[in-house]
Amino acid sequence: MQAVYVIKRFGVFLLIVWVAATLNFFLPKLSGQDPVRTKLLQEAAIGGNVQVGMEQMVKEYDKRFGLDRPLLAQYGSYLYDVGHFDLNYSISSYPRTVKELIAEALPWTVGLLATTTLLSFAIGTLLGALLAWPRAPAWMRYLMPPLWALHAIPFFLFGLILVYVFAFKLQLLPMFGGYSPGASPGLTWDFISDVAAHSILPALSIILVSIGGWALAMRGMMVTTMGEDYVVFAEAKGLRAGTVFMRYCVRNAILPQTTALVLALGQILSGAVLVEVIFGFPGIGALLFHAIQENDQFLIQGIVFTVIAALGLATFLLDIAYPLLDPRISYRRT
Amino acid sequence: MRGVFSYIGRNRSLLVGTLLLTALALFVGIGTLFVDTENARSLSVPVLQAPSWDYPFGTDRTGRDLLAVMIVGTPLTLRIGFIAGILGVGIGAVLAFTAAFYRGMTDTLIRSIADIGLTVPSLLVLILIAVSIRGSLTVNEMALIVASLAWLNPTRTIRSQVLTLRERGYVELAAMSGMGGPEIIFRELMPNLMPYMAATLVSSVSSAILASIGLEVLGLGPMDAPTLGMTLYWVNFYAAMINGWWWWWVPPIVIIVIVFLGLFFVTIGLDEIANPRLRKSA
Repeated sequence: MQAVYVIKRFGVFLLIVWVAATLNFFLPKLSGQDPVRTKLLQEAAIGGNVQVGMEQMVKEYDKRFGLDRPLLAQYGSYLYDVGHFDLNYSISSYPRTVKELIAEALPWTVGLLATTTLLSFAIGTLLGALLAWPRAPAWMRYLMPPLWALHAIPFFLFGLILVYVFAFKLQLLPMFGGYSPGASPGLTWDFISDVAAHSILPALSIILVSIGGWALAMRGMMVTTMGEDYVVFAEAKGLRAGTVFMRYCVRNAILPQTTALVLALGQILSGAVLVEVIFGFPGIGALLFHAIQENDQFLIQGIVFTVIAALGLATFLLDIAYPLLDPRISYRRT
Repeated sequence: MRGVFSYIGRNRSLLVGTLLLTALALFVGIGTLFVDTENARSLSVPVLQAPSWDYPFGTDRTGRDLLAVMIVGTPLTLRIGFIAGILGVGIGAVLAFTAAFYRGMTDTLIRSIADIGLTVPSLLVLILIAVSIRGSLTVNEMALIVASLAWLNPTRTIRSQVLTLRERGYVELAAMSGMGGPEIIFRELMPNLMPYMAATLVSSVSSAILASIGLEVLGLGPMDAPTLGMTLYWVNFYAAMINGWWWWWVPPIVIIVIVFLGLFFVTIGLDEIANPRLRKSA
């Protein structure tokens, strides 16, 4: 039965990848743009000559890239290429491939996102649980309204404010980039602490904004859970307060939180893209911004595809892990 | 009418939210009367003036009066949000009712599309769409782009709400007394769903605005329209932060924060109406 559940989830993952590839292929076609012709016209405008053989050149390139074949054949070979992670060359930084560029940027984004998502989820959930707990210290109540208000603001706007206060006014932390201009990347202590210093503000702008949302949802779940009979029974048995809190309340209330985490991944990522742009953090978001500025279609498509596929994979893994957290969800039900 | 006001007085989230949005509406409304909105175009005033008596919000590097930009831009940004939000909830509601009422294959199909669509980061798909139709976008086209994905969340939430309402006794009674499907939807379900739909609408408007600002900051917005998101794009483009031109980026940020906070509090307040168990006793 387990196998059926896993296979079904994997099917959904494949479906997402296929949809991403298909959107990538057909959306640009619908617009009727001709990337080769546009690029050649641009070059011609810069060079000021070579107007003569333009049509032949376009034809020749179309043949080279297989653009003269019927649409379905092109679609088929596109799916084949994407399946092998061949994402074509980057137009703006030509001899380099899209795959190389993405491989360079991906660790930055994954590092930033993994750290911030886990931290904000953990802190927010714990905070929300404590807020519903009658024995929590009273000062915690004052934390809630500001976190709540922050939660309504987009990540990158809060990031802008943080940059102004901590990097521009107080000059405590670096303002821009993933590491200092002169630093040589490597596994040295200097470089790592340099990267850490550059990551604090981007990370904080995601974490502080997200905490409120998680806390809010967790508090709601805790209130419901604390009214359950088994909690009353646990208290009546004389169990220690800590045990009732962690093993009886949090353990149960955290389950819907995990589902929410799976659903929120896409949104967190969308927000992080803009945070990277604001901070010039050398991850996927900044690369995407560069690609948009340069109108590098292949790079944009490659990034969109990679990110959707990666998130699909993350969702798939969390889906598989979920029944381990909640024994009541059997593998039999989807 | 008195009842409405005394209720709003008790529902504090709704009150705060409404006040924030009203303040913004007054700012725009009064501003349009007293400020020359022509100055929201480039090259109409001296560049980079710090706030002064003549230009209370200062001017930017392309020679626009930032007060005029805010007065013109705020309604534009809200317009994108409302067009996309209304379209999203409208399409979402139709799909949700169809799914929840007819069940079976239709339901499975609609639910799967919405569920899978929601796990995909919407900003990226919107970027792909916006890039594909490059060329100069107008504010309305921008709204349509954002609307293309804005129906996913409403479909999901309204559907689950309809499903719970469907099992209620009065729906069964209506069916037994011979009402047809559409009649039940409009006469029995709709009135009960109204506050809920209103809450969904407000939160959709809010996410549509968020999405549109995201696209604009990335440089995919209507280049010549002075929306709040485009203002932030130019702020980033001319590195206003590092150059210390604080008056350029403070107003759009403050207004965007007011918009989001206002919409957020209104959503919470409407949720309270839709779900009376959340209400505090008077």
